[in-house]
Amino acid sequence: MSQISVTQRAAGAAEVPVSRAPYFPRKKKGISPQSIAIIVFLSMCALFFCIPLYVVVVTSFKTMDQIREGAIFALPQVWTLDAWDHAWNRACSGINCNGLKVGFWNSVMILFPSLALSIGLSMVTGYALALWNVRWAGGFLFLLFICAFVPFQIIMYPLIVMTSTAKVYGTLWGVAIIHAVLAMPVLTLIFRNYYKDIPQEIMSAAVMDSGSFWKIFIEIILPMSGNILIVVLILQITNIWNDYLIGVTFGGLNGQPMTVNLANLVTISTGTTNYAHNMAAALLTAIPPLVVYFVVGKLFVQGVTSGAIKG
Amino acid sequence: MPTVSFEHIVKSYGSLTVLNDLNLAVEDGDFLVLLGPSGCGKTTLLNLLAGLLEVTDGRIMIGDRDVTDLDPKDRGLAMVFQSYALYPTKTVHGNLKFGLSASKLPREEIEQRIAWAAKLLQIEPLLHRKPGQLSGGQRQRVAIGRALVKNVGVFLFDEPLSNLDAKLRTEMRLEIKKLHDELKSTIVYVTHDQIEAMTMATKIAVMDGGVIQQFGTSDEIYERPANLFVAGFIGSPAMNLREATLRVNGSKVTADLAAGMALDLTGYDFETAPQDGTRIIVGLRPEHFGVPDIAEPNAAASFTLPVQYTERTGSDATVYLSLDNQLLALRVAPDAASRLKPGTSVSVDFMPGKANIFDAQTGRRM
Repeated sequence: MSQISVTQRAAGAAEVPVSRAPYFPRKKKGISPQSIAIIVFLSMCALFFCIPLYVVVVTSFKTMDQIREGAIFALPQVWTLDAWDHAWNRACSGINCNGLKVGFWNSVMILFPSLALSIGLSMVTGYALALWNVRWAGGFLFLLFICAFVPFQIIMYPLIVMTSTAKVYGTLWGVAIIHAVLAMPVLTLIFRNYYKDIPQEIMSAAVMDSGSFWKIFIEIILPMSGNILIVVLILQITNIWNDYLIGVTFGGLNGQPMTVNLANLVTISTGTTNYAHNMAAALLTAIPPLVVYFVVGKLFVQGVTSGAIKG
Repeated sequence: MPTVSFEHIVKSYGSLTVLNDLNLAVEDGDFLVLLGPSGCGKTTLLNLLAGLLEVTDGRIMIGDRDVTDLDPKDRGLAMVFQSYALYPTKTVHGNLKFGLSASKLPREEIEQRIAWAAKLLQIEPLLHRKPGQLSGGQRQRVAIGRALVKNVGVFLFDEPLSNLDAKLRTEMRLEIKKLHDELKSTIVYVTHDQIEAMTMATKIAVMDGGVIQQFGTSDEIYERPANLFVAGFIGSPAMNLREATLRVNGSKVTADLAAGMALDLTGYDFETAPQDGTRIIVGLRPEHFGVPDIAEPNAAASFTLPVQYTERTGSDATVYLSLDNQLLALRVAPDAASRLKPGTSVSVDFMPGKANIFDAQTGRRM
């Protein structure tokens, strides 16, 4: 880079760098009306989400005495973690008063098997559909497309019959399997479309080099799937964690995820409603997907196929 | 080092037939170039040989093995792709190693072969880099290396140099030729670049419309094109093609060009006996013209024609003369070109026996 500033010796003074005036000065750009409109709009959107969140957060740290005063925007006079402790350890869901932690661990045990099952299966199916010659692949894709649009409520009853026949109804495994099965069509389509963009020549080279379906998948395709895995992970974790309907339908009494636990805790209570407890419980339930967003989102990498082909 | 032969190959997609009853045999150790314009079926033919496409009908033999229904990995071939097709998440070493993944070789043998190929292609310092960290020429070397480590008898190249810049292309051309001389392997090479074909091939198959138009050495194809397509496709600047009528007068054969000019065809090696009055097309290569200071007495024809344009390429020059509202290209020495200003007239003559005569109806060489 060339030096832009030049030094000039002032009489009796030390060397002072003087910036040369630009030869062709550009007109300074002001803030345009468009960007003002956009900023105003975005600020309003942000406030729309932030104000309720602020209320929830501050309320969860307040004592019941202060909540009764009714100033919902006020900061807590005494910051206390009692509500959080109560929600996690002692809150009652029905007759069980073991807190939200029961539901939390249930949710974790639903999440991991169903993630592994749905992503594993749909990834391999998508890979086969996109990169190998599969007979009737077109028809199969169309079927998946249709399946992706069938509302869960329509097939809920047959699924209940099927899971109870398979003796998984009312267990964590039952909920996990239902989540996996329902996500399969969309995930397969996502993976298939992603893999379709892998240059055909890489696949041809791999077929000539190895020819093995699994070896090519594990050594070549899987390492190139990082970005789409992140997208699918975020999608699936949020979906499964935030689901209520499948959990309440298939979980029975022993397989209730955290959301069902939370709903019971908030809707069924005796005496006065303890808002601090409810707010803390809601926040506890909402935190895990948020953490996933922040952690997993950092892992996006640039240029999955860089250097593979002429670019 | 095996031979490769295509026997009665048919390839169709639904009702569209791309290749119809194609026969071609490559000798052991040959460097065959499949040359033709885009869409002529040359890459299809290569993919059929590689096993990436299935033939509709016919048989492909490598050596004495029928490979028509074998999987690509079992055919004993290695292929270099136009876009390199390197595995982006693997290092250069990993790329070469994956090339051997179908062969169940012991680890030492694999490492030995990688070291050998890396040395041959001078990519040893790059072994631990990813493809994204390599330049175009280096990627091309790695792609060739991945084929070399397989130690097979037949190598396939699918336009491997078309993504490189002109200088690198010339270098790599020479290196591939050197590799062929060293390894003595059979090579099938697809390109649309006639310079690549002429410089590297021991045999060229010129293809158009899914049909092999001519199969022969580069000299045969250049000197004696079998038909009008080959005549027009090979050579730069292209051969001058002019309609004419054949005149047979005893033992003297002449071609009557337009505007009353006659070309003496004495010494032309006719494949079929010339008939008086046949409509023909005369092909004259730009370099077979002479621009003498005095017309040569035994020249096949002498014309005096006006100069339209001149083009200089450094080592030689092309002069375009106007003949009957069409351009006639001549290759001349650069210093001669500077004397020939547009608008002046020049007297040129044509070497006897160098013309190419084609039947105007069938397009075949006569």
